[in-house]
Amino acid sequence: MNFKFTDEQVKFRQEVRDFLEGEIKQGLWQPTCDAWIMAHDPEFTRRVSAKGWIGLTWPKEYGGQGRSFIDRLILTEEMLRYGAPAACHWFADRQIGGAIVHYGTDEQKEEILPIIMKGEAYVGLGMSEPDAGSDLASLKTRATEDGDDFIIDGQKTWTSGGSNMNWIYLVARTDPEAPKARGISEFFFRTDLPGVSVSPIVDITGGVHFNEVFFDNVRIPKTCLIGEKNRGFYQILNQLDFERSGMERLMANYPLFEALIQYVKETKRNGKPLAEDPVVRSKIAQLKIELEVGRLYMYRVGVIMDEGRAPNWESSMSKAYGTAFEQRLATAAIEIAGLYGQLSPASRLTPMRGMAYHSYLSSKGYSLQAGSSEVLKNIIAGRKLELSAK
Amino acid sequence: MDLVLTEEQEMLKKMASDFLTDKFPKTVVKEIEETESGYSPEIWKEMAELGWMGLVFPEEYGGVDMSFLDLAMLLEEMGRACLPGPYFSTVMLGGLPILDAGSDKQKQEYLPGIASGKTIFTLALTEASARYDAAGVEAKATADMDGYILNGTKLFVPDAHIADYMLCVARTSDEAKPEDGITIFIVDAKSPGISCSLLKTIANDKLCEVVFDQVKVPKENILGEPDKGWAEVKKIVERAAAAKCCDMVGCLQEALDMTVAYAKERKQYDQPIGGFQVIQHYCVDMFTDVEGARLSAYQAAWMISEGLPCTQEVAIAKAWASFASPRVMALAHQIHGAIGCTIDHDLQYYTRRASADGVTFGDANFYREVVAREMGL
Repeated sequence: MNFKFTDEQVKFRQEVRDFLEGEIKQGLWQPTCDAWIMAHDPEFTRRVSAKGWIGLTWPKEYGGQGRSFIDRLILTEEMLRYGAPAACHWFADRQIGGAIVHYGTDEQKEEILPIIMKGEAYVGLGMSEPDAGSDLASLKTRATEDGDDFIIDGQKTWTSGGSNMNWIYLVARTDPEAPKARGISEFFFRTDLPGVSVSPIVDITGGVHFNEVFFDNVRIPKTCLIGEKNRGFYQILNQLDFERSGMERLMANYPLFEALIQYVKETKRNGKPLAEDPVVRSKIAQLKIELEVGRLYMYRVGVIMDEGRAPNWESSMSKAYGTAFEQRLATAAIEIAGLYGQLSPASRLTPMRGMAYHSYLSSKGYSLQAGSSEVLKNIIAGRKLELSAK
Repeated sequence: MDLVLTEEQEMLKKMASDFLTDKFPKTVVKEIEETESGYSPEIWKEMAELGWMGLVFPEEYGGVDMSFLDLAMLLEEMGRACLPGPYFSTVMLGGLPILDAGSDKQKQEYLPGIASGKTIFTLALTEASARYDAAGVEAKATADMDGYILNGTKLFVPDAHIADYMLCVARTSDEAKPEDGITIFIVDAKSPGISCSLLKTIANDKLCEVVFDQVKVPKENILGEPDKGWAEVKKIVERAAAAKCCDMVGCLQEALDMTVAYAKERKQYDQPIGGFQVIQHYCVDMFTDVEGARLSAYQAAWMISEGLPCTQEVAIAKAWASFASPRVMALAHQIHGAIGCTIDHDLQYYTRRASADGVTFGDANFYREVVAREMGL
C-alpha cells in the first residue's frame, strides 16, 4: 500500500499548475464552475494540445503520451481546481479517444486520434432520447444499412456539447428485431451533414449545455461504426465506467469551494469574520473532509485503471458520492451567504462571483447526467454486493 | 499510489481472522463482557505467542519488527471480531509511546514484558472535562525529594482495573499555555494511593475512573522530557485515533456483511428483501460509508507508518469514521428489522462498539475543528 504520488507525478502537477496560473495571470480566462463542460475556448484547447495533454494515456504508437491514469487524474484535477475552460476537448479526450483506442479500426485510429489530440474534435454526446433516459437500451434512433452507408433517423436529447459540436458520438439501433440491448451500435462522425439539426435547451442556470439533436435521413459511411455492430451496448457499459470515473464528478464546482473559504475569511458578521463562527468552521471542515475522502474514491479508480482493470462499481461509487458532495457544497455556500446567497451573478452585490447561486442550480444535473445516482446504486448493489431483484 | 496489501499483510489478516473467529464466537464475547476483568488471560497468552503484542517492537525487545500499517490490519480484524480485552490499551497506549519516547532503560524494562503478554498497560489521560486537548489535563504532579507526588482523577481510562502500569499525563508546572508544563509518568498501577472503579459503558468495555491520591512516582519514571510531554501526548492521541479508525473499519465492515447477507436471506412479499431497490440503496449507502472509512483510515495508518506528518489525514479519517458509523449502524438495524434489536442477535455488539469508538480519541466535532485549523481558518 502506498498513498504517495511519485516525484514525477508531483512535478507534473506543478507543471500543470504553473501553466494554468500563468494563463490566469495573463488574463486569458477567469476560473469558473462547470468550465469543463460550459466554457468553450478553442485557443485554450489548442494550447493544452500543444503541451501534449490531450490523449495523455493513449499508447505512444497512436501519438498519445502513454502515461498513467493517475497522471490524467492529476491533470484533470488541476484543470478543475483552476476552473479552466476545457469544454472544447473534454469529451473527446475523456471518452471518445479511449473508445477508439479500444474498439476502433486501424484506419479510425489513424484518422480520428490525431484530430482529437489537436483539440479539433468538439464532441456532442448523443445518447439519451426522450423515452430513453436511465433505460438507455430502449433507445429508438435507427441506423439502417444501405450499401456502404448507414442512414440515421431519430432524435437525441440532453446531448451534452451539442450546440458547439463538430463531431458526434451516437448510439443507435441497428437491429430492431433483436432484444433491446443486443441491437445497438456506436458511431462517431462529423456533424456538418445534411439532415442534422440542433436545438438548444436552456437549463435552470440560464446556460446552454444540453441540446436536442434531430437526424433526418442522415447518411454516414460504414467506417463511422465503432467496434462491432449490435455490440454497442456492451461497449458503452465499459465506456460509461470511464465517463463516470473523472474528477469532474467531484470537482466541477471546486472554484466555489475556494471562493467560499476566501469569503468566510473576509466577511464579517457581528464584527467578527465568519471564519471564527463555530458553525461556519464546522460546515467548511465537513466539506473539506468530504472532498478529501472523495479524492480517495477518485484516485482509487485511477489506481484500478492503471492496473489494467476497468473501473466497475468503483467508478459508480465515486460518481454517486462525488455529485452528492458537489450539491452539498453548493447548498452550504448558499446557507453561509445567507440573504446574499440569492443574488444572481449579474447582481452588483453577489458574493463569491455568483458561483454559489450558479452552482446551487447547476449541481442539480450532476446526479442525473452520465448515470443517475439511483442507476449507479443499482450497479453497485448488483455488481458488487450481489443483490438483485428476483 | 497503490492500494494493494502485501502478501504478508494478507497472511496476517487471514491468520488473525481465523484465530479470532475460532476463539471469540459471540457467546465468548458475551461471557467476557460479563466478567469484571473483561478479558480472557488464556487467550491473551495465546495472542502473545502469536507475536501480536510485540508486533511492531524491534526483535531486541521480543517483538517481530513489523510496521504500524501491519498493526492497523490486525486491529481491523480485531474490530471485526469485537475482541474484548486490553490489547489496544497495552500496545497502542502503553507499548508504542514507550517505544517512541522511552529511554533505552525504559524500553528494556517494559517492552519485553508487553511483548510476552506478561504486562498490561494503559493510558490515563482524560479527566472530568472529557477533552483530548491540553486544557483538559488538570491532574497535578508535584516535585518531591526523589520524585513526584501525583494527585487528581482520571476518567474513561480503559482497562485500568487490570493494568500493571499506567502512563499518567499530569501537570508539573503552571504555564500560560495549556500545552506547556505537562509530563507523562509511567506509574505502577499497584502504587499506594491509586483507586480504581469501573464505569458502566455502552460497549461494556471496562473504562475506569482512577483516583490518584498522593501517589509517589520516582523521577526515572518520567517518559520523555518533564514539562514537555504534550507533544508526545498529541502523537499518542493521533496514532490512537488512526488505529481506532482501522478498528472501526473492521466493526463497520462486519455490520455491512451481516446486513447484506441478511437482505439476501430474509424473505417478504415472496422474495428476498435484498431484491427491493430501497434495501439495495441502503446497502450501497452503508458500503460507500465503509469504503470511505477504509480508504481514509488506511491513508492515515500508512502515513503514520511512513513517519509522515498527518494531522489532517488522521482528523479526516476519524471524523469520517465517527460521523459515518451511526449512519451505517442505523441502516444495519433498519434492514435487519426487529430481530436486530434483540439482545441475542450479534448485531448489537457492533452497534454498541461503534458508538463508543466514535467518541474515543476524538469525535467528529473535535476533528472538524482540527481540520478547520489545518485549513488556516
